[in-house]
Amino acid sequence: MKKYILKRLLSIIPVLLGVSILVFFLVRLIPGSAIELFLGTQVEATPEQMEELKRIFGEDKPIPILYLEWLSRILKGDFGYSLRTSRPVLPDILNRLPLSLELTFFSLFLSIIIGIPLGILSSLKQNPIINILIRIVGLLGLSLPQFWLATLFVILFSSIEGFIPMGNFVPFSKNPLMNIKMLFLPSLAIGLGLGAVVMRFTRNNILEVLQMDYIKTAKAKGLSQRVVLFKHALRNALLPIVTVLGFNAGYLLGGAIVIEEVFALPGMGRLALYAIFQRDYPLLQGIVLVISFLFVLINLLTDLLYAFIDPRIRYE
Amino acid sequence: MRFFIKLSKSPIAIVGLFIIIFYLSMAILGIFWTPYDPLEMDYNKVLKPPSLEHFLGTDEFGRDIFSRIMVGSRISILISLSATSIASSLGIFLGVISGFWGGRLDNLLMRVVDVLFSFPPLLLAMFIMAILGERTYNVIIAIGIVYTPQFARLVRASILSIKNLDFVQSAFAIGGSKLHILFRHILPNILVPIIVQASLCLSLAILLESALSFLGLGIQPPYPSWGNMLSSARRFMLIAPWTAIFPGLAIVFLVLGFNLFGDGLRDLLDPRLRNIR
Repeated sequence: MKKYILKRLLSIIPVLLGVSILVFFLVRLIPGSAIELFLGTQVEATPEQMEELKRIFGEDKPIPILYLEWLSRILKGDFGYSLRTSRPVLPDILNRLPLSLELTFFSLFLSIIIGIPLGILSSLKQNPIINILIRIVGLLGLSLPQFWLATLFVILFSSIEGFIPMGNFVPFSKNPLMNIKMLFLPSLAIGLGLGAVVMRFTRNNILEVLQMDYIKTAKAKGLSQRVVLFKHALRNALLPIVTVLGFNAGYLLGGAIVIEEVFALPGMGRLALYAIFQRDYPLLQGIVLVISFLFVLINLLTDLLYAFIDPRIRYE
Repeated sequence: MRFFIKLSKSPIAIVGLFIIIFYLSMAILGIFWTPYDPLEMDYNKVLKPPSLEHFLGTDEFGRDIFSRIMVGSRISILISLSATSIASSLGIFLGVISGFWGGRLDNLLMRVVDVLFSFPPLLLAMFIMAILGERTYNVIIAIGIVYTPQFARLVRASILSIKNLDFVQSAFAIGGSKLHILFRHILPNILVPIIVQASLCLSLAILLESALSFLGLGIQPPYPSWGNMLSSARRFMLIAPWTAIFPGLAIVFLVLGFNLFGDGLRDLLDPRLRNIR
C-alpha cells in the first residue's frame, strides 16, 4: 500500500507542472499585456519608455525564464496581485474556497444518500417496467442542466415562507444550522442529477453481483434473502461506486461554479466570473490554478480510497 | 445497413433517435419559418403567458418564446455538432499517433491529455472563453478542446487493444503498409466506440454551451440560445415562470435524446460498459 501511495503521489507532479505551464502560457495569449492594461488607452509610450516599462515589470527576459520565475513565486504562495484591487490574489481566493468546497461536499453527500438507498430498493424488484424506468431516470439525471434545476427550485419554493433564506451568506463556523439551510437547495440542484446516476449504477451492480457463484453458494447454505443481500451482495456491489463518484468530481465542481451564480453565493465560481468580466487575469489565473489543483487532489484521493478498499488494485 | 438492423433491437436508442430527428427538423424548419420574428420586440406583449397566439408565451421584450427556442435549437445543434467534430477529429488524430505509432510521442501526448483532464470541463471552457473572447466560433473551439482528450484516450486504448490481434498482425506479415492497415483494418474496427463517445459528446456539448451562455460567456444576446434565454429569464422567473421553464425543457429533452441514443447503442455493443459515463 505504501508503495502504491508513493507511486500515485509522484505521478501527480508532472501533471501539476503541466497544468502550471498551460495556465501560464494561456494567460500570456491574452491580447493586451499587463503593461498595456497599466498604461490604459489614453497614454502612448515611446519605444524607449516601453523598454523601461518591460524592465520594471520584469518582462524583458526570455519566456522560459519568466515561467520559472513565476513558478517559483507560485510555489512560495505568491500568486500575484489583482489588477482591480491591487490586493494579493491568493488570500481572496482562499477566502472563497470553503463555500465552494462545502457546496461540493454537500452535493456529493446528497447524491449518495439519495442514490444508494433508491438503487438498493429498486434492485429488490426486477421487472421490465422498473428496468426501463430506472434507466430513463438515470439518463435524465445526466441530462438536467444543474442551473435550470436550481431555477425551478427557486420558482417552486420561493412561495414557501423562509424556505429559501434571504440575506448574506452565513459561514458554517458562525451558524451551522443557518449555513446548512442556505446550502440545502443549491446542493440538491447539483446532487440530484448525480444521485440518479448513482442509483442506476447501484442497481445494475447489485443485479450483476447477484448472478455470481458466491451468492448462489450463500443462498444454497440456506441464508436468508436479507443476509445474502446485505452481507454478501451489497459490499461487493458498492465498491465501484467510489470510482463513479470520483469520475464525477468535475461535474460537482463545475456544478458549484454555476449554482453559486444562481443563488448568489460568494464562492470561487462567482469570483472566477467576476475576474473574467473585469479582465482581472492574475485573479483568474490564481482561481484556475487552485481549482485544478483541488481537482487533481480529489482524483488522487479517489484512487487511493479505492485501492484502500479493494486490495486487488494495489497489485496491478 | 447492418448498423440500422442492429439498432432496431434497442427501443431506447430508437426513442433517442426520434427525439434527435424531431429537434433536427425543428432546427431546419427554423431557418425558413418561425411563427414570429425571434428578434422582433413588441412592448405591447411583454411577458404574456402561454396562449393560443404565443404558444409558449413571450419574454421581457415581447418576443415569442417558441420562435426563439426554434432558432436556439439550430444554434445549439450547430455548436454541439461542430464542437464534437473538432473534438473527435482532433482526438482520433492524437489517439492514432499515440496508439498506433507509439514511442516517445505517445508518452508526451498522454501527459498532455492528463493535463487537460486536470481541469473541470466547465472551468476549462470558461478559461478558454475568457482568453479567446465571447464569440460564437470561440464557443465551438472551447468546447472542442475540452472534449478532445476523451476521444484521444478512447482511440488510443482501442487501438492498443486490437493492435496485437491476429488479423492485424497477419496484415503486417503479408506486407501491408502502415497506413493501409490503419485505414482498412484498425479504424473500421474501433468505429463503434467512437460513435458512442460522439453521441455522449454531443449531449455534453449542449449542456456545456448552455452553461456558458447562461453565465454570459457563450452566445451573446439578442441572439437566442437556450442558455442565455434562461439567464435573462432569471430576473422574471417568479412573475413569468414560463420564460425559465420552456428553454430548460428544450435542453433537457435534446440532451436526453442524445443520451438515450448513446446508451442504447452502448448496450448493443458492449453491455458491460453501460455504467460508465
